Amino acid sequence: MSSMQNIQADLEQLIACPACDALYRAALPENGERAVCPRCHTVLIAPVDGAVIRVVAFAVAILILLVSAMFMPFLSIEAGGLSHSTSIADAALSFSEYHMLGLSIGVVALIIFVPIARAILVIFALFPLMLDKKPWRGARTAFRLSEELRPWSMAEIFVLGVGVALVKVAAMAHVELGMAFWLFVALVLVTVFQDGFLCRWSIWSALEQGDRQNG
Amino acid sequence: MDEHSAVSEHVVTAKEAGLVSCTHCARVWPIGTAACARCGARLVSRDEKSMSRVWAWWFVGLLCYIPANVFPMLQTTFLARTSGDTIVGGAIVLMMHGAIPVGLVILLASVVIPIAKFIAVAYLALSVQFRLPSDQLRRMKLYELVEFIGRWSMIDVFVVAVLTALVQLSVVVSIQPGSAAVAFALAVVFTMLAARSFDSRMIWDSLETPAEAEPDDSRKDFLS
Repeated sequence: MSSMQNIQADLEQLIACPACDALYRAALPENGERAVCPRCHTVLIAPVDGAVIRVVAFAVAILILLVSAMFMPFLSIEAGGLSHSTSIADAALSFSEYHMLGLSIGVVALIIFVPIARAILVIFALFPLMLDKKPWRGARTAFRLSEELRPWSMAEIFVLGVGVALVKVAAMAHVELGMAFWLFVALVLVTVFQDGFLCRWSIWSALEQGDRQNG
Repeated sequence: MDEHSAVSEHVVTAKEAGLVSCTHCARVWPIGTAACARCGARLVSRDEKSMSRVWAWWFVGLLCYIPANVFPMLQTTFLARTSGDTIVGGAIVLMMHGAIPVGLVILLASVVIPIAKFIAVAYLALSVQFRLPSDQLRRMKLYELVEFIGRWSMIDVFVVAVLTALVQLSVVVSIQPGSAAVAFALAVVFTMLAARSFDSRMIWDSLETPAEAEPDDSRKDFLS
């Protein structure tokens, strides 16, 4: 039977459910299968073949979509001979013209800066790993930061907000959807796919082993 | 999959095994370790201060949510006449114009979800503080729902941002944000912080049996 020493000797093979603290011996499930905490049903391990390459590829795609959306026409309206068009940056900064600079900064952060920062952090953390090289210094901090920023990345909520705004405007004016709008819709789809491939536990152990093997 | 056979048994937690778990990367370390050597996160076995943080964010969130509903969210200037719409007022106007599903989305995201979230976070915090024996799995699902859905309340702020930027047709019609926008955005951020401060591991602590539970190998091997 086991003792405390026995457990502490192989700490690395243990996994504690981050949601309920239940302790298990980590066993890698087959590709595509998931190890679920039997007590609170939190997904613990969900490896996907080639996950690192896909996650990096999606991060690059997110970066390209976001940056190009900045420079494309977003929305324009036209009613009774009057027209007005707006870019993503105009929309994000619109509060600043009405003495709400803080809110403007917040909106810019939530829909532009945080998604860009997350993409850059993920690329930085995983790029060497993708080429079977030793991770760069700070790779682990970068990946942890990117995970902590996850709930504050709100591009997909912004897209739904645009949809609601369009319904409100449709009654009074003709609306033209620009390229940037479609890039943002694509961005939402890419983000959803990326999250589906991201098994945190696999990436953490890959980062740990990458440091050890090549260090 | 034999994972369900384990549910009725007593599960050994990292805390009971004399270990501290990292909530960021799931690695375990001997208790007393200050930071996770794998991902660098700060390690706390059970964050005793988390409840005061939850309540602090909860109260500021509620304080912001009241003006968010009283003051206008956006102001429409139509031929030099300005009228303000509160969150609820704006949704009702939308529904009267026939856009019933969109009005319902706004009501759901800006009224139903925030209020339900205040109640849910308070219930979770009280249930942990008073060690209520209510169903752990159900409370866990509630917590996951609160964490998942809370961010979506921000939608109304984005709607106002887009409308303000887009609807600027010189003197005919223009839309400006109202002061409720700031209060509402803050209320959403503070309730997100309240939910994130909550240490969900404490939901499960009421299951813990006292010391006689010696860690046993057979109980750790059911993760298949």
